[in-house]
Amino acid sequence: MQIYLPIADLPVNVFLVLGMGLAVGYISGMFGIGGGFLMTPLLIFIGISPAVAVATVSSHIAASSFTGAISYWRRRALDIALAMMLLSAGIVGTATGVWLFTELRALDQLDLVIGLSYVTLLTVVGGMMIYESVQAVMRTRRGGPATLRRPGSHTWIHGLPFKLRFKRSKIYVSAIPVWAIGFLIGFVGAIMGIGGGFLLVPMLIYFLRVPTATVIGTSMVLTLITMASATVMHAATNHLVDAVLALILMVGGVIGAQFGARTGQKMRGERLRLLLGLLVFAVGLRFAYELVVQPEDLYSLRYVGNG
Amino acid sequence: MMRRLATALALLFVACSAGPAAAERLVVSLSNHRVAVTSNFVGEELVLFGTIEPDQATGQLRPPYDLVVTVTGPQQTLRTRRKQRVLGIWVNVDSREFVSVPSYLAVLSNRPVAEIADQETLRKLQIGLTYFLLPQRIGPDVADTVTDDPFRRAFVRLQRQQGLYRESSTAVTFLTPTVFRTAIAMPAAVPTGTYAIEVELFSQGKLVARTNSALEVIKAGFEQYVADAARDYGLLYGMATALMALLIGWFASVVFRRD
Repeated sequence: MQIYLPIADLPVNVFLVLGMGLAVGYISGMFGIGGGFLMTPLLIFIGISPAVAVATVSSHIAASSFTGAISYWRRRALDIALAMMLLSAGIVGTATGVWLFTELRALDQLDLVIGLSYVTLLTVVGGMMIYESVQAVMRTRRGGPATLRRPGSHTWIHGLPFKLRFKRSKIYVSAIPVWAIGFLIGFVGAIMGIGGGFLLVPMLIYFLRVPTATVIGTSMVLTLITMASATVMHAATNHLVDAVLALILMVGGVIGAQFGARTGQKMRGERLRLLLGLLVFAVGLRFAYELVVQPEDLYSLRYVGNG
Repeated sequence: MMRRLATALALLFVACSAGPAAAERLVVSLSNHRVAVTSNFVGEELVLFGTIEPDQATGQLRPPYDLVVTVTGPQQTLRTRRKQRVLGIWVNVDSREFVSVPSYLAVLSNRPVAEIADQETLRKLQIGLTYFLLPQRIGPDVADTVTDDPFRRAFVRLQRQQGLYRESSTAVTFLTPTVFRTAIAMPAAVPTGTYAIEVELFSQGKLVARTNSALEVIKAGFEQYVADAARDYGLLYGMATALMALLIGWFASVVFRRD
């Protein structure tokens, strides 16, 4: 069944898009991430312009992270104070990202920047995750403790001023790294159409030593608010959010996530991280391939205006 | 129609005896003047019918005729970009802006336009994708370049791939020497706006008659509502979309609640 998308200006098969929503939702539920880094490339692949894909996916991630946040809220497994601190910088990051997105689009370099950001972020983060989880798997094989977290150890980050105490997470850290992380997540989220969950969770664990109990719930609250505001900002400045496309993706996404979450709970933590690392890394390589290999068509068209 | 034809034939007979002194007149009719883009729109085909009649009572018909139908969509400005390898990766380096070119351009004829008239005539009348004026912005000036300019060729090729530009030398069919029909294909990605239809009749390489018509492509119903809202009320539209995301997220957590 074909449906015509009013903003993307092309007809798509409803079941194909719904299926994509389900598949990405399944993966996002399994790993506790938004899944934007998979959804945006998939939409581009079926012919939706990168700009519309990035802008629309933000609303899709807002929906799936809201579902997640509610269930973590019920279990009291989120740190609102930490999320709000991250958010105060995250909003600034999102606004900066949306502004840069508009500028790059005018310069014809948006696709390149989206591609390069994907390659860099995904291969680096994916590689680190694979390395870390392989080590964890090896340690369990040898019979050692599986966790890498050493509660007593301090890094230079803990020496920074403006310290704050986050009761729920039981941490006492400087506001500077919290703001820096918040800004970065908001910024890359707006440019790349990702919620940044797969970036934020490791950052919170490694840099701020947030305990695993609250980290995913907190990350989801942040993702929810940055993505909801990215939706509003993209709609207000670039008029690129396709509500019809978003609706189909959301419905598929929230259903898929429920089944994914069940699978995820049955798997061991380090195995799950290894799988996610491989997935992230593979998507990164896919983008690298596209940038390096000579494109089939060197020419492309971009709509400038009417008249 | 039959009576008209009969009259035409009768007139032809009269005209033949009167000597060659007159011009033809085109009468065309379009199956539909309005294409509505709705949520299940996957493209549409319009049919244009027409007859060739003598201009006046003493007019004379001079078959065989050649016919060219040119359909042009609302004007757009588009940028054609060319990728080049920079430091190992492919980057958009060079670009040209095509100013006020038709968003849709179909050239339909009964045989290749190059056989219908000479180059000079085709260029003057802008008939065929090769001769249609596609102005580019070059520095402060706006001008069309030579027809084999690489950017122009790439532009036409990309537009053809989308089904937005087309040239068909078999699209016009003569049912009788003076009655013709043609199909105008509108792809799903067709832009909205007013389309001009120019019908040009040739006889022995010379333009002998022309007429025009128009059609309108509009977004209808829900599609129109969403597109208008996104353009005119961006902020409200964004808030509504974000709210929809929250509602669906909340709804899912209620439906799938397990504790």
